[in-house]
Amino acid sequence: MAIAPQRIGVLHPDPKDLSPLRIDEALVHRMLVAFLREEAAKSGHKRVVVAVSGGIDSAAVAALAAEAMGPKNVTALYMPYKTSSAESAAHARLVAKTFGFALEEIDITPQVDAYLARAGKVDRVRAGNKMARERKSIEYDRSWPDGLVLGTSNKTELLLGYGTRYGDMASDLNPVGDLYKTQLRELAVLLGMPDVIVQKPPTADLWVGQTDEAELGFTYAQADLVLYHLIDRRLRPDALVAAGFDAALVKGIRERVRRSHYKRVMPLIAKVSLRTVGHDFLYPRDWESD
Amino acid sequence: MVKIAIAQCAPALGAMKRNIAMHQEWIGRARKEGARLVVFPELSLTGYYLKDLAGEVACAADDEALRPIADASRDIDVCAGFVERGPDARLYIAQGYWSRGKLVHVHRKVYLPTYGIFDDGRYFGPGDRFDVFPTAVGPAGIAICEDLWHTSVPYLYGATGATVVLSPASSPGRGVAEGGDLGTAESCRLMDRFYAQYLTLYIVFVNRVGHEDGIAFWGGSEIVAPNGDVVARAKEFEEELLFAEIDPDLVARERDRNPLIRDERPDLVVAQLMRARGMAVKD
Repeated sequence: MAIAPQRIGVLHPDPKDLSPLRIDEALVHRMLVAFLREEAAKSGHKRVVVAVSGGIDSAAVAALAAEAMGPKNVTALYMPYKTSSAESAAHARLVAKTFGFALEEIDITPQVDAYLARAGKVDRVRAGNKMARERKSIEYDRSWPDGLVLGTSNKTELLLGYGTRYGDMASDLNPVGDLYKTQLRELAVLLGMPDVIVQKPPTADLWVGQTDEAELGFTYAQADLVLYHLIDRRLRPDALVAAGFDAALVKGIRERVRRSHYKRVMPLIAKVSLRTVGHDFLYPRDWESD
Repeated sequence: MVKIAIAQCAPALGAMKRNIAMHQEWIGRARKEGARLVVFPELSLTGYYLKDLAGEVACAADDEALRPIADASRDIDVCAGFVERGPDARLYIAQGYWSRGKLVHVHRKVYLPTYGIFDDGRYFGPGDRFDVFPTAVGPAGIAICEDLWHTSVPYLYGATGATVVLSPASSPGRGVAEGGDLGTAESCRLMDRFYAQYLTLYIVFVNRVGHEDGIAFWGGSEIVAPNGDVVARAKEFEEELLFAEIDPDLVARERDRNPLIRDERPDLVVAQLMRARGMAVKD
């Protein structure tokens, strides 16, 4: 058994030291394939549905699913809107070809435009949310009767709340939700992701020219390192600032995490009885029968 | 030399009948291979993250539900985990030791982790003792998972006559950052080797595998000898019935060479702790 090299010495937060984000990609790869295989089987499902956008996160999830379940058991959907870039379509097809699964293309323009035509003045965020939820409703429709919907939100997006509730954030199983964006990129390289997909700037592709990093106001590498120290290592924001991290960046990220927390938990239920769903009625999801 | 088997299995959560059948099958395989003892992980008969299922799968140590395990122990000793319902209805994370068709020892988990992903203290009461008892592999004590992380536990066993510590666990694999192996795996291996070598006894670490609610148990069960050698180690994340030899003579040789346990002064430890707690000590 190979034993990975061990860090010697104390880990100090340092804005220029990205090494704490390193992962053993081969080990993580193994864990995620086993996760998909076992957890899908436990609820009696043998097929998964995944929306492929042409971006790296959904491509990695689809590749893991094809390995875990077999390509025939992956229902992969590319669901463009009229403003989606031609590049996204080409990349989605490239991912399907690379990892050997079939790709179905469903244009969501007619159904989204039918709604928008009657909705009055709708800004681009609302329109983007509508597209994300329209796609998810199709994924759930296509999961019936024997499939589970896979989530593709990474840890950075989840912690920053950078996603649409019941849109892209919705899923039955999410294999990549505990990997920061930069870690997921490392994993994608190991999986054999085409270089053009690894290198392109991340985008939700909800309006023309959108990029995640421009919208967020910082890079994923910056955010991931701050989040790693704040969340994984439980360091306080003040300690990061003292160690040389940008004060506005640290406080901004910390506040985003706090404000978006409601997006990461189940709906709150008003407890009035002796036993309440989600509070003290707590059977495991993987409850098995004899 | 005494052959021992480690049953690195993946119990079903809350499905005790299925788990009993699985135990019978693994016990049969261990017996066929000539093992004198087979050790299962923590809560091997029930699964670990039981939450509100704990009370439903609980039974008294002498309950008929455990009769199949007693029956399976006629020709091979069996050490397996279950939820014990005490006479006062408290629930315990228990590890039984069955020999010649009878339950001969029960250890109740003392240290109940209730932090992070653990919620033992919400569902279970703590045990209150660490007893050494005779086993097929020599005088032994049982330290269930978190029990082993408290240095006083293996110390107490070493200081009161154990030559083997059996440590059944349900250890979730986590900590993949910083480029290394699983953080939990590194910690466990460090503990096993340190305790074995400095208390000059065998550490038998028996972890489970499989998933519960998205959490993976990492396996990696191992036996470490009193000289610090890793006698055998199971794979990570996969079921495995692992066999190894325990050599009582190695304990003797190691303790001749390195008589730490002989020279240990538990009386000083007791006196020091009593003084620190404001109790009267005869000087």
